[in-house]
Amino acid sequence: MPGAIYAEGLVKTFGDVKALDGVDLDVPEGTVLGLLGPNGAGKTTTVRCLTTLLRPDSGKAVVAGLDVLRHPNEVRRSIGLSGQFAAVDEYLTGRENLQMVGQLYQMKAKAAKARAAELLDQFDLADAADRPAKTYSGGMRRRLDLAAALVVSPPVMFMDEPTTGLDPRNRQLLWEVIKQLVSGGTTLLLTTQYLEEADHLAHDIAVVDHGKVIARGTSDQLKARTGGERVEVVVHEREHIPTAREVLAGFGKGELTVEEHTRKLTVPVTGGAKLLAEVIRELDARGIEIDDIGLRRPTLDDVFLSLTGHVAEVKPEENGETADAPAKDRKHKKEAAQ
Amino acid sequence: MSAVTDAVRVAPTGNPVSQSFRDSMVVAKRNLIRMSRIPEMIIYGLIQPIMFVVLFTYVFGGSMQIGGSTSATDYKNFLMAGIFAQTVTFATASSGAGIADDMHKGLIDRFRSLPMARGAVLTGRTLADLVQTALTLVVLAVVALLVGWRVGTDGDTNAAKVVGAFGLLLLLGYAFTWIGALIGMSVRTPEAATSSGLIWLFPVTFISNAFVDTSHMTPWLRHIAEWNPFSATVQAARVLFGNPGQSQSDAWPMVHPVWASLIYSLLIVVIFRTLAVRKYRSATA
Repeated sequence: MPGAIYAEGLVKTFGDVKALDGVDLDVPEGTVLGLLGPNGAGKTTTVRCLTTLLRPDSGKAVVAGLDVLRHPNEVRRSIGLSGQFAAVDEYLTGRENLQMVGQLYQMKAKAAKARAAELLDQFDLADAADRPAKTYSGGMRRRLDLAAALVVSPPVMFMDEPTTGLDPRNRQLLWEVIKQLVSGGTTLLLTTQYLEEADHLAHDIAVVDHGKVIARGTSDQLKARTGGERVEVVVHEREHIPTAREVLAGFGKGELTVEEHTRKLTVPVTGGAKLLAEVIRELDARGIEIDDIGLRRPTLDDVFLSLTGHVAEVKPEENGETADAPAKDRKHKKEAAQ
Repeated sequence: MSAVTDAVRVAPTGNPVSQSFRDSMVVAKRNLIRMSRIPEMIIYGLIQPIMFVVLFTYVFGGSMQIGGSTSATDYKNFLMAGIFAQTVTFATASSGAGIADDMHKGLIDRFRSLPMARGAVLTGRTLADLVQTALTLVVLAVVALLVGWRVGTDGDTNAAKVVGAFGLLLLLGYAFTWIGALIGMSVRTPEAATSSGLIWLFPVTFISNAFVDTSHMTPWLRHIAEWNPFSATVQAARVLFGNPGQSQSDAWPMVHPVWASLIYSLLIVVIFRTLAVRKYRSATA
């Protein structure tokens, strides 16, 4: 049985631009999928296709067990959408906004009223409930937008860059809300440009670029794929760099990099903490004073750069050729080889 | 498994017509609340037609020939049906700007992701505009009376006819807000909707019988003016108000202005509602 959100071969073209070039997704019920990618990668278009806002040119989409193309209105009853821009009416109060959305989800006026009050409390907006949303801060508007998406407690939620433009405090606040939501069993598809956010909130991550999912897996799997752990050393004296380099080269399993100005040396290793202890002992034995040392696993930033960096290399070839079958095959092979 | 849940969840929820009505009312209420919180919009919407009433009455009155007379009083009584009709068409711009603004701010996306009737967002907006148009007409009628406009000066009239005239004017205004809705769905910014909502209204309202007697126009222009849907409503209002300067042309809309006005307005609603709702369904902000 497909997951709560399932997509197969979604294609969407705007004029000459192929916004989606065969997106496949499968989000099991009750989990969070982070859709990660740069601007213009196709994240928003994917969300729009899955939330009935946009009809894909081809492909299949199933949300909450319902075919998105055949039963759009039924899908709408089972989803909540919180967009990149807080879509609330700024001249209406927070309460009026939520009541309106409730009624448009076909709730009775009384039920919509009660639910609005409940959500305003839950999202810490009760004090501002009867002020026009125009007077709200960015974080409050975002919370109101999210509350509007949760009016009917939909089993499947879509959030398109929910924290873009928010300050760190409001981002933390929103993350807490999202975590609560997910612990309640909601399936969530979240798009983000913030690797930290995907790392923090998502069970699975799909990296999107040029309208395609170019990598997927848990955050750990993706990091492992980019390369294993590395030892990073910052030496105290610049003249110790050559010696430290010698020591690290002895433990390293790959190319060693040196940043002269920060006195930082990095080398890929295998062997974990035990190896780190050995490195420290050896450096100490050679009399090298160190400011910092650590075993680093690659961040999602590394993953992202290495993945999209690779695609960027392929790009001239894509542009130089028409999208005929052989070119496509070659591209697939390259991806498979990753 | 998914086929089973499909069958359960796809069960229809109530009558689509009553749902459409209910949703439209929810959206209309939202727009009315919104308008009440931006009173300056309503005030500016009133200043313009009042200015037209005063300017046309005192500047043009006395130098315009209406039915062979250049009396300022005749022109005043002739003019009001035209000003009323022009005023109701200005709702086109506000309707278009409102919808473009909703698109721009992502509200249309929110609405489109909700399980609501497809036409309700636009219907709600046009109904709210209709309420605003009605208020504007009431104020304008009072101002017209203050500057000396009277009904029944050149023909029979009665309360029912006067109410009927205002009804036709409101229907015309309502029809034009659907043109505005289509414009609002088609442009990128509210500013573009305002200007493109107004520009074409000038030829439509001026190449008509609203401000001058069409019998003095060049024949080809006169034909356009006489068949202009806008002119039909002006002529109908003039006939029903019993005001001077009714067109004596034998063009069908001028001979049967009430029917022509009704048919034209309903046709505009049907055509532009269909186009605007189709646009709404596939809208991409």
